[in-house]
Amino acid sequence: MGWFKRNAEGITTSSSEKKEIPEGAWYKCPNCKTVVSNQEHAATLWVCTMCDHHERIGSDAYFGLLFDEGKYREVAPKLTSADPLGFSDTKAYTDRLDAAKAKTGLTDAIRVGSGEMNGQGVVIACMDFSFIGGSMGSVVGEKIARGIDHALKKGVPFICISKSGGARMMEAGLSLMQMAKTSAKLSLLSKAGLPFISMLTDPTTGGVTASFAMLGDLNISEPNALIGFAGPRVVKETIGKDLPEGFQRAEFVLEHGFLDAIIPRKELKSQLSFSLRMLHTQE
Amino acid sequence: MNYLDFEEPIKTLREQLEQAREIQDKNDLDMTTTIEELEVKIEEVSKEIFGKLTPWQRVQVSRHPDRPYTLDYIEALTEGNFLELHGDRTVKDDKAMVGGLGELEGRPVMFIGQQKGINTKMRQYRNFGMANPEGYRKALRLMKLAEKFNRPVVTLIDTPGAYPGLEAEERGQGEAIARNLLEMCQLRVPIICIVIGEGASGGALGIGIGDKVFMMENTWYSVISPESCSSILWRSWDYKKQAAEALKLTGDDMKGLGLVDDIVPEPLGGAHANREATFQTVKDVLISELDKLQKLNPDKRVNNRLRKFSNMGVVAG
Repeated sequence: MGWFKRNAEGITTSSSEKKEIPEGAWYKCPNCKTVVSNQEHAATLWVCTMCDHHERIGSDAYFGLLFDEGKYREVAPKLTSADPLGFSDTKAYTDRLDAAKAKTGLTDAIRVGSGEMNGQGVVIACMDFSFIGGSMGSVVGEKIARGIDHALKKGVPFICISKSGGARMMEAGLSLMQMAKTSAKLSLLSKAGLPFISMLTDPTTGGVTASFAMLGDLNISEPNALIGFAGPRVVKETIGKDLPEGFQRAEFVLEHGFLDAIIPRKELKSQLSFSLRMLHTQE
Repeated sequence: MNYLDFEEPIKTLREQLEQAREIQDKNDLDMTTTIEELEVKIEEVSKEIFGKLTPWQRVQVSRHPDRPYTLDYIEALTEGNFLELHGDRTVKDDKAMVGGLGELEGRPVMFIGQQKGINTKMRQYRNFGMANPEGYRKALRLMKLAEKFNRPVVTLIDTPGAYPGLEAEERGQGEAIARNLLEMCQLRVPIICIVIGEGASGGALGIGIGDKVFMMENTWYSVISPESCSSILWRSWDYKKQAAEALKLTGDDMKGLGLVDDIVPEPLGGAHANREATFQTVKDVLISELDKLQKLNPDKRVNNRLRKFSNMGVVAG
């Protein structure tokens, strides 16, 4: 006989109490369960020193990491979704947007910054998974397009850090065509001879993988990042078998020939700078 | 004839018509009046039903088992003057993606499209029209071949999606589709795309970047199928009708949003109800559009194409 009796079955913590990014003073690695202070975790660039688990981070962290002194100018910061289809499922799309904006303080699932990386001019687009799963709708497509336009105007390389579940269903056909739009813009960058480095971070799937994310002059990733077209659950359902260990992880994708390199976060800035210097002579 | 659930009234009338004809033949009775009345009635009821199809009903028509598929169109458009070309030159020949050289009223054209099967065995052989990466790479190889010899490209889109299998992932399904988008944006020859059945997501778009993109009247084109959308957003398979409404996936919606250029009308009852008429309409559209596109210089054509796709999307702020 236990001392306590459970009143209701199952775990009753409501989803609103669950937190996406652990807040508070401590961070527990989801992989090896090592506990470190948040300060320490940030100092190691949100990488576990015990098991090398790369925690998912957002545009704020990547911009801070890559731009010199964390300084950059944001391109088209005010763009937001217009809910062109008046989409509603169990919730109205506008409600989902408002909730995501309130939760993240962002306007959509991507931000574009223009600045310098080790003294080299560069435009960096970076997706935020915390905003509706990093999904790509009209705003993501338009911001990438404007980022590329900006890089073309300034004659500097373009880097895109992807982190997305794919196209945003709530903008349906418009989301789908962002794949075409971003590819069209990248074809102009390519013709202008400006480098495009695509960084695919955990997770990058769906329409993002099937468009700009796989079109880098260099495709790079972080250790153990999930990268695929179909999500692992869909693939598993399709083949009716368990998936092999490491399936769709960055190392697997590199072995199959679709990534140039996997770069640990602490080397990211120096390796990106080096690659750009090797590809592009700054004027 | 296969009938969809909402075509039940038409089916009943057609059966009555058959009976009337049979009675006339067997018993030497004059049923002319009855037959004529029934024919008029069938026409009326068909107009009534097909005049106000819901988005979900249109999805059903787009998947009708009697609908013409890619090779049916090519065969009819070229009057058999067609040579199918196989293989991506790297892995294998994808049976879900077909292509080849055909003669369209004296014009050499590269035809490419997803192919579905007509019976269980052939559906498996064609992998239900779901191409693997090698299918998209075959398509690109054929487009490059067309570009080299300055021949226009016509793609016919009919797929429930790119195949989400294990080998497809290993061989880079995402990269294969992405590469096609980029290359099609810059292809120097005219490209016309027509959605002839299902236009599901990246699998459709992978051969869908064109100077002119058309949808047949009873087709759909969107980022996801209504069923999958229902299962993800409603967490149940039961909301496919609502999902079909919400996705704005019909030709009228897609044209209204500026995502496709125009709609090709189908005969009453759908493309399968009168195949010959369908093929003739498509042939007329292709000839008139190809002749217009071929008059433009390639730079201008590519620029127009790039501008069209670059303008897609609606944002605020």
